[in-house]
Amino acid sequence: MLLRTKLHGKTYEFPDIRILMGKANEEKSGDQLAGVAASTAAERIAARLVLAEVPLWLLRENPAIPYDQDEVTRVIQDAVVESVYEEIRTWTVGEFREWLLEDSTSAEMIRRASDGLTAEMVAAVTKLMSNLDLIYAASKIRVSAHCNNTIGAPGTLASRLQPNHPTDSPEGIRAEIYEGLSYGAGDSVIGINPSDDSYSSVSRLLDMTYDIIKTWEIPTQNCVLAHVTTQMKCLQSGSPVGLVFQSISGSQKGNESFGISVGMLDEAYELAKKHCFPAGPNFMYFETGQGSALSADAHHGWDQLTLEARNYGLAKRYHPFQVNTVVGFIGPEYLYDANQIQRAGLEDHFMGKLTGIPMGVDACYTNHAKADQNAIENLAVLLTAAGCNYFMAIPMGDDSMLSYQTTSYHDTPTLRQLFKARPAREFEVWLESMGLMKDGMLTDKAGDPTFFLKR
Amino acid sequence: MDDAKINAIVEAVIQQLIAAGGISNSNPEAKINPETQPEGRTHSSSIDRAETQPVNIDLPDPNEDAYRYQPGVTNPKDPAALPELIKSTSARIGVGRAGPRYRTASLLLFQGDHAITQDALYRDIDPKLLGEFGLFSVQTKITGGKEQFLLRPDLGRQLSDEAKKMIAERCVKNPNIQLVVGDGLSAAAIEANLRQIFPVMVQGFQSAGLSFGTPFYIKYCRVGVMNDVGEAVKPDVVILLIGERPGLGRAESMSAYMGYKPQSGYNDADRDVICNIYEKGGTNPLEAGAFIVQVAQKMRQHQASGVKLKLAAK
Repeated sequence: MLLRTKLHGKTYEFPDIRILMGKANEEKSGDQLAGVAASTAAERIAARLVLAEVPLWLLRENPAIPYDQDEVTRVIQDAVVESVYEEIRTWTVGEFREWLLEDSTSAEMIRRASDGLTAEMVAAVTKLMSNLDLIYAASKIRVSAHCNNTIGAPGTLASRLQPNHPTDSPEGIRAEIYEGLSYGAGDSVIGINPSDDSYSSVSRLLDMTYDIIKTWEIPTQNCVLAHVTTQMKCLQSGSPVGLVFQSISGSQKGNESFGISVGMLDEAYELAKKHCFPAGPNFMYFETGQGSALSADAHHGWDQLTLEARNYGLAKRYHPFQVNTVVGFIGPEYLYDANQIQRAGLEDHFMGKLTGIPMGVDACYTNHAKADQNAIENLAVLLTAAGCNYFMAIPMGDDSMLSYQTTSYHDTPTLRQLFKARPAREFEVWLESMGLMKDGMLTDKAGDPTFFLKR
Repeated sequence: MDDAKINAIVEAVIQQLIAAGGISNSNPEAKINPETQPEGRTHSSSIDRAETQPVNIDLPDPNEDAYRYQPGVTNPKDPAALPELIKSTSARIGVGRAGPRYRTASLLLFQGDHAITQDALYRDIDPKLLGEFGLFSVQTKITGGKEQFLLRPDLGRQLSDEAKKMIAERCVKNPNIQLVVGDGLSAAAIEANLRQIFPVMVQGFQSAGLSFGTPFYIKYCRVGVMNDVGEAVKPDVVILLIGERPGLGRAESMSAYMGYKPQSGYNDADRDVICNIYEKGGTNPLEAGAFIVQVAQKMRQHQASGVKLKLAAK
């Protein structure tokens, strides 16, 4: 294999696909930390020149981790629909990029091509896309799913109501849910990150959120984002579970650091189909994020974008209702500033959709990153233009339990009104029946948590 | 000709007419109604708005509870219950809205809280404070300032060669207790707590009959540097007081990490930590100091820390 180009009179040669893939990335502090980033700006472009000529079959034959050593690789390779792959295997990455952007390439054509792709192909084409390419191509692809309502339909924008509380106080969480609902948040899920991962605490929060959903007849689903094994126990003992959640990683070793395996997720998926209370057929919820494999020293020398693409390949196995990257949560040693967080957010969203999963984004930052609320408001606008399924909705974007900042209760209605987007259809009908929304706009009654104190 | 083009031409003609004074572009129905101006949620409402008066703006700190937790919802359904809901959580609810956006006071309060975290992150510790406690100062392998400190956690876990030399020269070796203080992600946290916690610990170890060694300060410090300190000084117990990653509006939170004979390869599982040390709401620094003395004694008794200590103490 020879991977070589000239650029401005200088020759650049790359020993293998792994190094080529790393050097072709946009600048990321995590790739520099891992020692896989380009050492000059020119080398980065040289890598892209070569990558653009690489045929897709070469990427299929060079997965980040060999088939016999990693179950995530096996999940992705075994899921490839060979007839679709045969149609595209000789395309170069550069040709693939242009095909995605062609006006004659429809959403249906891209969805079909998804089934012939591996994560390494998805990552490779992403490296050749500019930010507007990522927005435009993603906007073509709508991946919708159904649980108690429909997420991801064209013209809709949903939000996860995230009523976290530092000590899981049911009263505090209830107050936050009321406030969020009054802003039209919660069509993707009412999803709590628990401070206490124990079965008794998690089942109590499931009961409480289910009670609100039943009392107000809200067409949505609940979720308590404990470790999947705790949620499995809840399912088995009859707790009302809407979605089953787990954080995942792009390698077997990364998943081991989360205390999970493909076998465990298979088991959770079977339990979810059997015991979750909503109609379905989509019951799973996954979170991902560039850099998580590196932070567990489970990246096998590959760049964080490729590892992230592998997350989506794994998620697809479980026909999820929703998947979101928590871009920016991991800290500045992986995504240094607003620029890198925005880029990664656009990349992840595009890659999820190209893989064929219903994709949302937690557009967020921590206090030691060089970013602020303006940066993620910008990112949310770009992602809404790209047709993102959902964002997080947190009181003023300040998560006082996880100590990071994300999008707010106010942001989703603003973006909806800005882009003429609507909540999930069933949820919009409910909001209108409550008198909180009319023709896609918040009414005078909206934004008042005391609205839900008495039924 | 398509509709868009026709509309563009109509628009252009109207603009020309407006410019020529032929028509007015204001809708006579769209008067600004002072009654729709939202109430509350601004602590400047007492400012005299009459134009004849001199402007005199003199604001109290919006962090005072009376302002921070003032309900911002216009015409709530249950006004009496709203403050109760706000009190039930540290999340920023009951803030109201301006259209779909934030009210001005809550927006600025948020920005003020973020500003505190940013200032804490990029500021160095006050050298006077180190002087007060006789702490000499060394550095980790970070040479590129705060930016490199944030980007390279691995270098923040290792003492520089110069630091090792200075420690060898100045520190009493093999003490029972070696205290080190590090900036971590918030020098402000050290400034907020050191004066309270330091004397309690000195006194506590004295009455426990334990030797205290020569405490010092580490700039650009990550928790993992404890291993290097353990190898350089060879104490029984290393105690590291370090600034935590600032939360929104909270830069004064400090942690105390402790390890028994820490050395290369030790990680979080080999350490004990007391976190959220700060006055008013966190673990009080005086109490934390007393607790640290107890934990150190327990570590010496069982000759272990972290998970091993938990198992040994069972």
